[in-house]
Amino acid sequence: MSVPRFWRKQTNRYNLIGTKCETCGTYYFPPRSLCPKCRREGKIVDYKFKGTGKIVTFSVVRTASDKFDLQTPFVVAIIELDEGTRLTAPVICSDINEVYIGMRVKSTFRKISADGDSGIIVYGTKFIRE
Amino acid sequence: MRDVAVVGVGLTKFGERWGDSFREMCVEAGVKAIDDAGMDGDDIQEMFVGNMSGGRFVLQEHIGALIADYSGLATNHIPATRTEAACASGGLAFRQAVNCIASGAQDIVIAAGVEKMTDVSGGETTDALAGAADREWEGMYGVTFPSLYAMMARDYMNRYGMTREELAQVAVKNHYNGARNPIAQYQKEITIDTVLNSTLVADPLRLMDCSPVTDGAAAVILCSLDRAKEFTDCPVKVLASTQASDTISLHDRRDISTLDATVAAANRAFDIAKIERKDVDLVEVHDCFTIAEICAIEDMGFCKKGEAGKLTAEGYTALDGKLPVNTSGGLKACGHPVGATGIKQVCEVVTQLRGEAGKRQVDGAEIGMTHNVGGTGATVVTSIFRRV
Amino acid sequence: MVGIITYGAYIPQFRIKADEIAKVWGANGTEISNGLGVFEKSVPDMDEDSLTIAVNAARNALARRDVNPADIGAIYVGSESHPYAVKPTSVTVGEAIGATPVMTAADYEFACKAGTAGIQTCMGLVKSGMIKYGVAIGSDVAQGAPSDALEYTAAAGGAAFVIGNDDPIAEINDTCSYSTDTPDFWRREGQAYPRHGGRFSGEPAYFKHVQGAAHLMMDRMGTKPADYDYAIFHQPNAKFPRNVAAMLGFKPEQIKQGLCAPRLGNTYSGAVPVGLSSVLDVAKPGDRIFVTSYGSGSGSDAFDITVTDAILTKIDRKAAPSVETMLNDKIYLDYAQYAKHKGKIVMQK
Repeated sequence: MSVPRFWRKQTNRYNLIGTKCETCGTYYFPPRSLCPKCRREGKIVDYKFKGTGKIVTFSVVRTASDKFDLQTPFVVAIIELDEGTRLTAPVICSDINEVYIGMRVKSTFRKISADGDSGIIVYGTKFIRE
Repeated sequence: MRDVAVVGVGLTKFGERWGDSFREMCVEAGVKAIDDAGMDGDDIQEMFVGNMSGGRFVLQEHIGALIADYSGLATNHIPATRTEAACASGGLAFRQAVNCIASGAQDIVIAAGVEKMTDVSGGETTDALAGAADREWEGMYGVTFPSLYAMMARDYMNRYGMTREELAQVAVKNHYNGARNPIAQYQKEITIDTVLNSTLVADPLRLMDCSPVTDGAAAVILCSLDRAKEFTDCPVKVLASTQASDTISLHDRRDISTLDATVAAANRAFDIAKIERKDVDLVEVHDCFTIAEICAIEDMGFCKKGEAGKLTAEGYTALDGKLPVNTSGGLKACGHPVGATGIKQVCEVVTQLRGEAGKRQVDGAEIGMTHNVGGTGATVVTSIFRRV
Repeated sequence: MVGIITYGAYIPQFRIKADEIAKVWGANGTEISNGLGVFEKSVPDMDEDSLTIAVNAARNALARRDVNPADIGAIYVGSESHPYAVKPTSVTVGEAIGATPVMTAADYEFACKAGTAGIQTCMGLVKSGMIKYGVAIGSDVAQGAPSDALEYTAAAGGAAFVIGNDDPIAEINDTCSYSTDTPDFWRREGQAYPRHGGRFSGEPAYFKHVQGAAHLMMDRMGTKPADYDYAIFHQPNAKFPRNVAAMLGFKPEQIKQGLCAPRLGNTYSGAVPVGLSSVLDVAKPGDRIFVTSYGSGSGSDAFDITVTDAILTKIDRKAAPSVETMLNDKIYLDYAQYAKHKGKIVMQK
């Protein structure tokens, strides 16, 4: 991902800042600039998620793209945050066999990827067992 | 709106086509389709080419012009348009061609699909395909396509209790069919053990749950139904061709293992075609992964949610079953050159309805259907066909 | 008075035993462990570096006390393994704790004492009224060349301190430093691993500077070792801090709580900060803490600290994991896995 493309949303990625529609009360992460339910009637404001939730479903990536190859096997999951929205993120666990649907997780700060040895390093939010 | 028919089909051999380029494969399929329709290239008035990622796989954009040029049609200056909706790019090309004729804009249109996937490394292929999901909020974290479908599979198995063996049977059946299709990438039968003993790619999906990386192209010639008899004795009428969308990300879906876009597209198609589910004799569904076929059969309305695994294990969807699914071998065995898949599905259904499918022929097939998915279900195209 | 408003540490979950490293190089692990007093060391995960450790330590600090991030006016991250040679770790920490943009930030490097140098800078800014709060972090994913003596100790971890003057949990009564140009350990630009002067890093380097700063501090405060409940010394291994404590007249029980090296290794800039966090995890109001860091090159920063009642009323120590909890939460790696984690395997570019 290019530097400006990552930088544009880095505080959202670092701190789980999504959005909330004040018209209908729905939370969004990833952030949305338009509420799909209220559209032009919606009033979108920033919202910092607590960072806790549970695993809805998950997989273990064994074959990855080149950039993530060294990290295999790693767990990716769809996580439902306590505010009700869902997102996709890696889950760090010492034993990939211990992950289960419904497992409580919390956010943590980790390196996501790096553009080789000389390019930019991308940081962001992953999840660990609560 | 005018009635539309398919009057010609053309397919390249699917597989690792080391010696053939992107453009050569597309031209090969197009020429075969024009031959099959018994017409001349000059009869073609417009062209649509489905292609997912020429930009990533062969660093080539402007696909419409490229294919028009190498087909010898650029000098006729026909409109040539590339369509893209990830793995549903071919389905989009087909539907655009149908609408183009139905609206009266043109009489004869070619719809093609092509993908050249083996010119880049496996890692690059994985990354390019991840572009069919949300790059910023799914792909950025190293999420792969197999892992997205694996999350669907885990959700589905957890909720409906489908067994690993039932899921494997999808691949076994599709390899049986592929073994009877001369253009299929894998013409080899396998057993449930082959699937269960294959390498884990993204738990719970194994290598033999996944469609392969494939080079290939497909093309069909469409014509207004009133002119179809000029070219063929057995035109196949397009009863409906519908398209639906859903959220780009799997995590935003109403239900992780239901493709609402499939439900919407199929419901619209059956409404327009004015037929019942039970009238359908065969279906080509988008089995990019075994779980995708299970969801497709259910979401198209052929059975209740949670039943497709059992039905597959019982042979309901086998070649000699009540509803043969993926007689071509599907994406799993026939291969999945992503942009070509939607057109290949049409080729297979037309071939079946004409009664020309040889060893994999479904006896007396009259009505067939196709189902082509982009991404994890953000775009779905379904089409229904009838022999006339 | 200026002091520590809140604190937080972070230690990665992975460990490797000295025995496992010794096995690879045909050495005797038991002898090495007994000599250094280090039996295992922490290893970062594949996706951890000194920056992620700094962020997680800072977040642990903020989890313990409700500090408005907008009131943080300065962030200093001390490390000798900043992920970039040029591009500050400290601003990323600032973004990740919501302290940007009205703040100053810089990365520090003074071998293993860059974290305590950050505490001193924050103290100055707070005392002068330039800022309300400053965050000082010492964090490292320490480098040690394969088969070098450092490989048995070079570890990963860090701790963060919010420095301010309203209701500190521990007042910093005074600080002083002792610095000279003593080349006992260095890493040239572009080099993956540091080099060191072997035994030269002992008497004229570590011992001279730690004792220099410690004596200076006790002279200034008019104190003696017996006046302190806890003492924390830089711990490149467990032997050096034990010896220097004895030379200065501190008893083993005074240094025990802050001596993490036997189970953690040397977290370089994180070493004294993690040791101090470990003490703050258990300290009671009125406890007096003596701290002396050491950074090769060389210098020592000494601190005289008194724990206040606020440690019981103003922070929730349980809101973040204690050092002891993190030391006990561990997964052992073999040398091959460790080499992969630390990027010691030559990969195809």
